[in-house]
Amino acid sequence: MLSPESIKKIEVELSKYPADKRQAAVMSALRIVQTERGWLSPECISDVAQYLRIPEIAALEVATFYNMYDLEPVGKYKITVCTNISCMLRDSDEIVNHLQTKLSVGFNEVTADGKFCLKEGECMGACGGAPLMHINNTEMHEFLTPEKVDAILKGLK
Amino acid sequence: MATTKAIKTAKPNFKGQTLLTLRTLTEKEPASLATYEKLGGYAQLKRIVTEKVKAIEIINQVKVSGLRGRGGAGFPTGLKWSFMPRYFDGVKYLVCNSDEGEPGTFKDRDIIRYNPHQLIEGMAIAAYTLGARVGYNYIHGEIWQEYEIFESALAEARAAGYIGENLFGTTFDFDLYAVHGYGAYICGEETALIESIEGKKGQPRFKPPFPASYGVFGMPTNVNNTESFASIPWILQHGGQAFADLGVANAGGTKLFSVSGHVEKPGNYEVKMGTPFNDLLAMAGGVWKGRQLKAVIPGGPSTPVMPATAIVGATMDYDSLSKARSSLGAGSMIVMDETTCMVKTLKRLSYFFYEESCGQCTPCREGTGWVYRVIKRITDGKGTMEDLDLLTDVCNNISGRTICALGDAAATPVLSFIKHFRPEFEYYIEHGKSMVDGK
Repeated sequence: MLSPESIKKIEVELSKYPADKRQAAVMSALRIVQTERGWLSPECISDVAQYLRIPEIAALEVATFYNMYDLEPVGKYKITVCTNISCMLRDSDEIVNHLQTKLSVGFNEVTADGKFCLKEGECMGACGGAPLMHINNTEMHEFLTPEKVDAILKGLK
Repeated sequence: MATTKAIKTAKPNFKGQTLLTLRTLTEKEPASLATYEKLGGYAQLKRIVTEKVKAIEIINQVKVSGLRGRGGAGFPTGLKWSFMPRYFDGVKYLVCNSDEGEPGTFKDRDIIRYNPHQLIEGMAIAAYTLGARVGYNYIHGEIWQEYEIFESALAEARAAGYIGENLFGTTFDFDLYAVHGYGAYICGEETALIESIEGKKGQPRFKPPFPASYGVFGMPTNVNNTESFASIPWILQHGGQAFADLGVANAGGTKLFSVSGHVEKPGNYEVKMGTPFNDLLAMAGGVWKGRQLKAVIPGGPSTPVMPATAIVGATMDYDSLSKARSSLGAGSMIVMDETTCMVKTLKRLSYFFYEESCGQCTPCREGTGWVYRVIKRITDGKGTMEDLDLLTDVCNNISGRTICALGDAAATPVLSFIKHFRPEFEYYIEHGKSMVDGK
């Protein structure tokens, strides 16, 4: 079941498209539900499809195609570090190593307490601030150093 | 309101720059409607709508301006606009491509967060010119804050009567919405982006038909890049010729260059087309740590890498870079110093294209994986000299054999890195370690 809050937000997205093009809102609907629930379970995807009155496979195709959707639990904070060229040239490897050591996880793993998940990201379109990382798909942190990463982690309760 | 969050970064020095698409950047609250109006914003939209300026006159100004698509392809914008059907019984769409995912590209982000109203005005002028009733700005998935800033700017523009119905008391209607991507490089390709707006996997369409005849929801659609739209209000205010005069032959206006990698001050620099590479590099503080320049990717990885000797004498415009066997692309300049291992750098780029291939065309889906695995074999110390020919062969079999340009883009770095830095690859194969860092 979608929450009333999610439905309200999905309706705003639907208003951007012609009334008979409900599928157009599937990307934002999945994003809204994922933000609320933490990740997209098969049930979430099915709920979104039903609400939009589209085949379930159409919603699943989208959820599996775009890499910011999480089809498995990602802990309370998903940390995505960009390692693409501009970040790599400014030593994103150091940031990755620091995070992996500090959190004792590899990429795509969740910490034992379920708090953090580490992901390797592709270009985030903010290369002027390299090296950088993203928290829960929304919060961008640029010009990272190991010290700055520590301070950011400290702030995540 | 999110717009107030958009404060300036610590980059107060605009020496050598010509701020046009980022003209609000010198102001205290660059993203606000009040700031944009103070600088004469929305006056051009009001003028053309209330004076009922003819579409053909506007298109002519854009043609005269020499504005070429800023998303990387460099197609003349005025010409693209002229492809839209003049008379059409139904809704025509206007789309802004703000899905910049090409590594090293981050210019549209700054337009959205520092000067969103100029983009909105540019889109509204285009909508009036092309008879588009509805517009979408498709924003890169990873830049959420910018999406929120743009939504706030849209609300401001709507409340002020710059978008919506019966604009300026006329029959002109234009609704504009923000759409948020969710992590797919391929959606920067305009037909994949259109599929994505429709709520589908971002897989490019066969062309023809082109978007001008079959675009969003099957309707005529014009797609332009963010920076292209943001140039339009200036062109109408000062005239196409003034814009052309800012630049050089075949490259009118200014260009936003995203400079990243091994420079002291990475960031966006808006300069006149034809600015010498050396001047641009100096604005970015030069090569960092006092090191020597080794190579530059001038327009994002889908443009061929250039050794230092090839780019130092070049100017930043279409003709100069194509003469030097590369391309301006989206102006995403990635700078590499003497400590850069080209083999490892190429491995990372190849992984990117492998990861981001949409999987629709076999040569790209399979070829990008082969390329990545062969380069990885080299960096794992298991490569052979034949691998270099194999890489070239695979790339030649991807190029030109796919629906969209991602295949060509994946092949370009491989071919150009091997061409210019072959001894580094040979050394790696022979010694099982990098010639540059010995690791």
